[in-house]
Amino acid sequence: MKPLLPPIRDDFEDRDPDHVRTWLPFLWLMASLYFRAEVRGLQKIPRKGPVLLVGNHSGGNMAPDTFIFALAFSAYFGAERPFHQLAHSLVMLMPQARWWLRPYGTVTASPKNAQRALRTGAALLVYPGGDYETHRPSCESARVDFAGRRGFLRLAHRAKVPRVPVVSIGGQETALFLSRGESLAKLLRLDRLFRLKVLPISLALPWGLNVGDMLGHLPLPAKITIEVLDPIDLHRLFGDRPSWSEASDYVVGKMQDALTRLRTERRFPVLG
Amino acid sequence: MRVAVETDVAVPRQAVWDYIADADQTFDFIVGLGRWKREGKKHGGLGARYRMGMQVGSVELGGLVEIVEFDPPHDLAWSGITGVEQRGRWRLRPRKGGGTRVELRVTYHAPGGLMGSIADVVALPIVTRELQRSLDELKRRLEKRARERTRPAARTGAPRQRPKKGAGRARRRHRRTGLAFGATCREVVA
Repeated sequence: MKPLLPPIRDDFEDRDPDHVRTWLPFLWLMASLYFRAEVRGLQKIPRKGPVLLVGNHSGGNMAPDTFIFALAFSAYFGAERPFHQLAHSLVMLMPQARWWLRPYGTVTASPKNAQRALRTGAALLVYPGGDYETHRPSCESARVDFAGRRGFLRLAHRAKVPRVPVVSIGGQETALFLSRGESLAKLLRLDRLFRLKVLPISLALPWGLNVGDMLGHLPLPAKITIEVLDPIDLHRLFGDRPSWSEASDYVVGKMQDALTRLRTERRFPVLG
Repeated sequence: MRVAVETDVAVPRQAVWDYIADADQTFDFIVGLGRWKREGKKHGGLGARYRMGMQVGSVELGGLVEIVEFDPPHDLAWSGITGVEQRGRWRLRPRKGGGTRVELRVTYHAPGGLMGSIADVVALPIVTRELQRSLDELKRRLEKRARERTRPAARTGAPRQRPKKGAGRARRRHRRTGLAFGATCREVVA
């Protein structure tokens, strides 16, 4: 069965630093007052040139970690520095994608787009776990789960760019995520039609029982903490022809250690 | 949005100027400054540029700033080139008795229309508090330094001598036994 998604369009021309600059105050207000966000370690990101930022994804379709990190990155390095984020094709079909996400630098997730972003010297934020990770149950909040995806490692290896892990916690407390609904997604053939592995079920505002999270939800004001880790040089650690499973285990292990540490800092759910 | 804070420092104006005009010291007393790095070849004075970042709310805000006015020992002003739109000024004026009135003014403006104006207002108490704490820190450092320079001469009339190595050790004693730290076994037995 052929996917019902339209062909991937060229979003690169849509990025507009003035748009980014205009939205920074709103994002700052949300991050500072609503989510009481804390972003650490931005100085570990190379100041210039292409870089692959690898994050763990949280918060369902209203992932606050993405926009808080985008805010922190643009505030730290300036809106002028090219910065792209990869998003699922379905997200890019939503109306807000046209007027908000694309001008902010979000492009449709595909290996081709990722390579292009790095080739042009941009910083690229990827969430290898994607929809699978962002809809994980709230009880697995402190777990990095890329569902075995390793394409991001090959991508950075081929492009010879630094990989910088970015770990965040708190997003999974913006609603009560109950289940990914993988069986339901399979039953409805969402995987084949829309490349969706999940049909998440959660309790979220204002819907109550929220199936699919297609219209998003009003996130609870959970404290979000984001930490940038030291860049990982896989060439040095695993040579020119690394074993991808070993390399993946190493990267995920590093991120998991940091996430576990962030988890121990939290005393209460939502409050942080 | 405009913030102005001031303090009186019991130190001559030239000494205050020397301290604030030395960019290497800036990182020490500006509270909340996460980044302060020279950009370009010019180390100080008119036209010197610095990459700065200050923790305001959840993120570090700042950008590239340039010294646009350098009038020793009166005024030092800077202006933002990239990042947050900002201007700032150090204003030093002499006070009776040899002290100095130090005034720090910062004007900033966030883009984004209404949201920018709201962000300006929300950030105002944070920025004001950090700048006031910075001035307090500057005052504390300058006056401490001045005291340290004058103290030895005032007490003995001679320069202070460095105490001999281990001279303070005898005073440190174990809380329960009352024995001096570093005492040998023979001393303990005795």
